[in-house]
Amino acid sequence: MLSILFPSLLNGVATGAIYALIALGLTLIYGVLHIVNFAHGAALMVALYGVYFLFTAWHVDPYLALPIMIVAMFCFGYGLQRFVIGRASHGKDEYILLVTLGIAIILENLALALFRSDTHSIDTAYTLATVDVFGALIALPKLIAFFGALAVSSALLLLIGRTQLGRAIRAVAREKQGARVVGIDVEHIYAMSFGIGMACLGAAACFLLPAYYVNPLVGNGFVLIAFTIVVLGGMGSFAGALIGGLIVGVVESLGGLWLGESLGQIGIFVIFIAVLLFRPQGLFGQKGA
Amino acid sequence: MTEPLLAIAGLRGGYGAVEVLRGVDLRVDAGEIVALLGSNGAGKSTLINMVCGLIAKSAGQVSFAGRDISRARSAGIVAAGLIQVPEGRRIFPNLTVRENLELGAYLRGRAQQAQNLDRVMSIFPRLSERTRQLAGTLSGGEQQMLALGRALMSEPRLLILDEPSLGLSPLLVEEMFAMIGELHRQGLSILLVEQNVPLSLDIAQRAYVLENGEIRFTGLPAELLASPELKRAYLGI
Repeated sequence: MLSILFPSLLNGVATGAIYALIALGLTLIYGVLHIVNFAHGAALMVALYGVYFLFTAWHVDPYLALPIMIVAMFCFGYGLQRFVIGRASHGKDEYILLVTLGIAIILENLALALFRSDTHSIDTAYTLATVDVFGALIALPKLIAFFGALAVSSALLLLIGRTQLGRAIRAVAREKQGARVVGIDVEHIYAMSFGIGMACLGAAACFLLPAYYVNPLVGNGFVLIAFTIVVLGGMGSFAGALIGGLIVGVVESLGGLWLGESLGQIGIFVIFIAVLLFRPQGLFGQKGA
Repeated sequence: MTEPLLAIAGLRGGYGAVEVLRGVDLRVDAGEIVALLGSNGAGKSTLINMVCGLIAKSAGQVSFAGRDISRARSAGIVAAGLIQVPEGRRIFPNLTVRENLELGAYLRGRAQQAQNLDRVMSIFPRLSERTRQLAGTLSGGEQQMLALGRALMSEPRLLILDEPSLGLSPLLVEEMFAMIGELHRQGLSILLVEQNVPLSLDIAQRAYVLENGEIRFTGLPAELLASPELKRAYLGI
């Protein structure tokens, strides 16, 4: 029993780290702009195509594409918030919601029109490589994804916790008027937060693609899980997204082990409903925050 | 005559179709402390927020230190040294005391930030004991000190205080006014927006009374206090 439990656990933790990275971007955008970004899944799909084409067209290794994708997705997110979402929403939260939903629909259909609904994956030298971790065999891309996602997440937490930009982001998240009074350009901080959230997706795509695939609707599965993680961990909580992501990854993996792949996600939603029932503010959320 | 530090001329504007300010003229000279009085809903906070670029104006001119800031964005106005301590303090409850103060100097350089921090800590020793505490857990009086300290971090040339005594105990109100007077004596220009008339007139050199979006009185505090009609009509005392 233990011989399959441990590898399954490892796999779950590795997947969970990627989930956490995706959820971190979502929770950052929620925490600062107070909106649920419906375009998150579509943006992840865009990032995955970015990694895919960098590899197939220019032979850029997915891991070397990391800085390119982080910068590209950041710029994409910054521009999207500053010139599309911000302009179109006139400061009303319900409009922002609809605008992000509209963006998701446009991106997905653009992808369908341009790339068809075919599923693509990439074949690198290490796609099928495995590593022995204390007797358990784990796919090398998954191991890299785990450490990579943790590294990017740590960098994000440092950015938010220790830098002037991070202070400004946290200030805007809770006290917009106070932020304007000290001379913070709130629109700029909104766009920076959105850009950073998208940059997380750029990083996640680089770690994901070597062991995964891309098609125009690939983001939907991830975004549902990411939403679950954000609610599970506490809306807007970074620690919650990180821990929640790992929990969800492990639960999904163990659920798959015992219930089969197709039912594996049941466990996630059972936990999700239990959290909503008994701790509605989430594991790390603050009441009334 | 020297050029005023802040000059407001014919300022009009409001929210949607409701006009709150109907042509306001006001001036603060360098080194002056001026009180802006008026009852609740007279338009005082609207006036301040319009001057600071937080609300759009429909007409009128605002100039600060010889520069026209009528169309400037709030960040540019802060950079020029026109700083307000907003009503209700508006500190960042989820940040530490130190982070709140550091953000006060958001538009200044790193060296300035450190220098200003030392200065503000020496003015408010009570804040310096609590640098790592979350601002939201401070008492009301401490939060008001933090709001004032944060504004001083921005290197104000003119400090606008919007209801600094609001929600403070009488003892703390006295302390707050003593501190405002001290800042003025050290050379800071101050526009004090208040409902506490006696204490404001005590430290102000000139006063304005705003009523229904118009300036109804401007002059020396002694003149205001000497006229029973004015006092009754606008100040409720």
